This record gives sequence, structure tokens and C-alpha cells, in this order.
Amino acid sequence: MAMLGLVVIAILVAGALAASESGAYTQDLANHELPPSLAHWFGTDSLGRDVFARTLLGGRVSLAVGLVSVIFSTVIGVVVGALAGYYRRLDFVIMRVVDVIMSFPQFVLLLLLAAFIGPGLLNIMVLIAVLTWTVPCRLIRGQFLSLREADYVVAARVIGVRDRLIVVRHILPNAIAPLLVYMSLGVASNVILEATLSFIGLGVQPPTPSWGNLLNTAHSITVLTEQPWQWVPAAILIVLFVLAVNFVGDGIRDALDARSTVERA
Amino acid sequence: MEEAERELRLLPQHPIPVDDRSPWGLTVNIPPLELQRIMAAYIIRRLLIAIPIMFGITILIFVFVALAPGDAVDAYLRPEQAGDAALRAAITHALGLDQPLPIRYLDWLAATLQGNLGFAALTGEPVNAIVWRGLLASGSLMLTALAIGIVIGIPIGALGALRQYSKLDSGITAFAFLGISTPSFLAALGGLYLFGVLFPIFPVGGMQAAAVPFTIPDFLAHLTLPALILGFGYVAQFSRYTRSSMLEVISQLYITTAVSKGLPSRTVVVRHAFRNALIPVVTIIGLSLPSIIGGAAVTEYVFAWPGLGWAVINAANQRDFPTIMGISLCFAVVVLIANLLTDVTYALIDPRIRY
Repeated sequence: MAMLGLVVIAILVAGALAASESGAYTQDLANHELPPSLAHWFGTDSLGRDVFARTLLGGRVSLAVGLVSVIFSTVIGVVVGALAGYYRRLDFVIMRVVDVIMSFPQFVLLLLLAAFIGPGLLNIMVLIAVLTWTVPCRLIRGQFLSLREADYVVAARVIGVRDRLIVVRHILPNAIAPLLVYMSLGVASNVILEATLSFIGLGVQPPTPSWGNLLNTAHSITVLTEQPWQWVPAAILIVLFVLAVNFVGDGIRDALDARSTVERA
Repeated sequence: MEEAERELRLLPQHPIPVDDRSPWGLTVNIPPLELQRIMAAYIIRRLLIAIPIMFGITILIFVFVALAPGDAVDAYLRPEQAGDAALRAAITHALGLDQPLPIRYLDWLAATLQGNLGFAALTGEPVNAIVWRGLLASGSLMLTALAIGIVIGIPIGALGALRQYSKLDSGITAFAFLGISTPSFLAALGGLYLFGVLFPIFPVGGMQAAAVPFTIPDFLAHLTLPALILGFGYVAQFSRYTRSSMLEVISQLYITTAVSKGLPSRTVVVRHAFRNALIPVVTIIGLSLPSIIGGAAVTEYVFAWPGLGWAVINAANQRDFPTIMGISLCFAVVVLIANLLTDVTYALIDPRIRY
């Protein structure tokens, strides 16, 4: 199952990388809202742009947002989590901050921040990272709390190795395993977050396409019912991608965690 | 959901003592008097801790509003008045926006604590009225969807665990996977298309028919589709967690003991397995309540259901800051109360929990 997921992801990524920018942006107002044909594989949208090209480029944008935001959030989460796990006094303060952020409905907070800071590609990446860093933070903190009392760490402390070196060379490499699971599942959930935001209009702004953007057109009943070629491809691709990532994430988790034998698909 | 998965593995190693007062062994555990006093003290302690968290949230919201780019006064000026500096200064002074930030925060806090959440920037409507209306609408939608999720999802998950690897189980797992991979707005769009347009069974959008007095059957007809769509998302999630939890419980030693004692399988399943499996599921439902509120917001937007989520999305699109602040505060309060209720439910299910 996980291998199948990997294959699907590879195909989607290849497609996204192969997207051509010119194809997605050229308007052809004479040929607007055409159904799929040989010239335009997925038809055209209301401004005459080729939906296939826009879907591919939108894939690149959405996947980029997902990947970059996960990387940002992992970096922030690891740094803060390591500090919280290693130094007890910082731990209390950091955990209160994490509690405040987590006790808020995540999507509503995202909405607020997007409304305040404004939409846009980079803004969205940073915003999603700023909201989701609490998850890897808690993961890493948990790992650090237990690994800190391990024999080799205590020995290193006794010898007098500097804190930073202990963290980077001894504890971090052993704490990374659950991070991999988080990163893979996080890409999927971040893609969904970005799609939801763009669907509402507070995410990636047109003319830059993204899968959520393309689905925004489906908010009008005409497009929803009579022109499904505009939004159905993006919808199917989102579900496919998230399914594939979930399979891969589960596969990684099964491989890394011997006890989790429950979910053998 | 990593911590949720970890909660699953913290299942009790010894079973919950079975209660012989009820035929199914599923009584609600009313603790004795001294324990009730301890629980009351715990609840009060939780409420006291919640207060600084609430203050933290208000500071967070207020700081973001204050730091937002653009002038808040713009929402109060007509386009042709935008260049009038004297008018702008007058409105800024009238709204108190020329005072330093901490003073503004304290003013807002004082007004909020007295129950006055301000006035919407564009319509001038008191935010209290907006929040109250939205609360009733959102509450009905979310509670119905949650009820659907719990009543259908949990038994389905348990059933899947009991008949593991059968066709039923594969079907349930596949459905659950699909359900959690589909973003909420996609499910809402698809449901809207299928049941509102293709097979026009249900009314599309809104809470009641326009220009018609409010009647219960009409309200229920409009409630069905969004609640079903939202509910099936929860069914997928809850069935997945229940299935994992049941599988872990069934592999425990006390189940083998019960079976080898010769107890009928219905007794074993319901009295022993199901009750123990329920604890992590309750935890996970409680943990996912904040995201449930968010997911409901998008469904409300697609169906034009006039609830809090729809109101906050519209306010965010129009940069209507007082409304945004009031609704966010309401969300935060709801989440805190939901967390507290989850903990109390925990104690009611499991008599071994001591506070």
C-alpha cells in the first residue's frame, strides 16, 4: 500500500514539476468555458485559460506550500521542542504558550491571521508553519524528556560536553523517528489547510493557481453543475495526493514502530 | 494526531470493574460523596487555570488586530471621504484609536467583561447579537453532526475490529481512509452537488426558506444535508479510532480470560471490551473538538448556513475587526468548556480515575 502511495506521489510531483507557466496564464477570451477537447485536455475556464495547465501549475503551488510549510514548522518545532525538553524552566513557559495556541480552533486562527496579515503565497507558507509548529514541538519535547535521562547523555553531561553538542550529536539523531511520520502526514494536512484557505479566498490569490483556488470557482452553481471540468480534476488530485501521503505515512509508522501492529492495511 | 495515537497506547492494562447493576454493564459511574468533592475541586482548579489561558488568547487576538496592516478607520469611511484628514482624525479620536496599545486593550477587555463586544464595522450591528445568532445556528449543526458521528461511527468501528480482515472490515477501513483524506469543503461541495442538484432531495443552502416564517420541519429539512455531510466526516474519524482501540483491547489478557470463562460473546464484547475501548476514543474526540469547530466553519460557508463559522469567514473577508474579535473569543470559550466537559465525561466513564 505504501509503495503504491509512493508511486502516486511521484507521478503527481513529476506532473507538478513539468507544469508550464505560460500555459496556465494565457487568456483566450474567445474560447472561454469550453468542455474538454483535444486542444484543451481539461477544457477552459471563464477567462479562456487551459484548465489542464492550471491544474498542473496549481499542483506545483499547492505541493510547494505543503512542503515548505512543513519544513518551516518542523524547524521551529524542533528548536522550541529541544529547548523545552532540555531545560526544565523553559519547559513550563513554552508549554503554556503551546497550550494557548492549541486550545484555539486551528482553522479559525488561520483565518484570523490570514485576514490580518493578508493573503499571498509566502504569507500562507509562513502562516501555516506558525500555526502547526506545536505538533512537532510536542513530539520532540516528549522524546527529549525521555532521552535526557539516557545513560550516554548523562555520561556526556558528566564529562562536561557542552549542552549544544549533546543535543545535536547525541539526542537529536535518536529523536528524529516520529518526526519523519509527522513530516509525511503534515504535508497532507498542510495541503488541505492551504486548499481550504484558498477556497475561501484568503489563500493563494488568482491569477496564481492552486488546487484550492481552482475549487473556488465551484462556489457558483453554474460552474458546480454545468462545468465540472473546471473543478473536478483539482478535487480528485487533492484526494489522491492526501490518500497517497496517508498510505506512505502509515507505512513509515509501521516500519518504525514495532508495537503499532494494529493498523496492518 | 500523534499524541492521540500515543493516548491509544496508554490503555489501562487492567480492565474496568464490571457493574452488575445494569444488564449491559454500561452504567454511568456516579462517584461517592468524598470523590464528588474531589472532582468539584478539580473542576474549579481547571476553571481557574482556564482564566489565564483566556487572557492569553484575548491578548493574542488583540495584538493581531492592532498589528494588522491598513487603517481600521477605513471601514468607517465612505470612499469619497477617504482623503478627508480632519474627518479621519475625528473618527480615530471618537473610536479611541489614538490611545496607546495597552490602554486600548484594557478598554476592550473591560467592555468585553461587562458583556459588550462592540459593534460590527460595516453594519453597526452589536456583535453580541451576531454571536448569539451564530451560536444557536452553529450549535445545532455541530451537535447534530457530532451525534451522527458518535452514534454511527463508534459502533461501526467496533464492528470492524470484531470482524477484522473480513470484507466488512476492509470496506470500513477504506471508507474511513477516504473520509479522512477528503478535505471538509470537498465533501461539502460533493454532497451539495449530489443531493442538492443531481437528485434534488434536500434544499440547498441557508437555514430556512426565504421570506417564510420559521418552522421546525423546514429547519430540519435544511439541517439534514449539512449535518449529514459533516457527520460522515466524523464517522470516518471516530470509526478509525474506535477500531484501533478495540483491536488493542481485544488482544488483552482479560478478554481471553472472559472468553475462556465461558461468557457469551455479547457480554464479553459489550461489558468488557467496548467499555475499556471507549476511554481513548473519548479522549480523542475531546482532543479533536477544536478542529471539529473549524471544519464546521467551512461546511457552513459552502451551505450558507448562518452560523459562527460562516460569520467569521465573511468578517475575515471584509476585514471587520470587532466581529472577528468577538467571534474568536466565543470560539475560545467554547473550546475551553468542551475540554472541561471531556474531562468530566472521562471521570464518569472510568471509576478508577482519581483527581
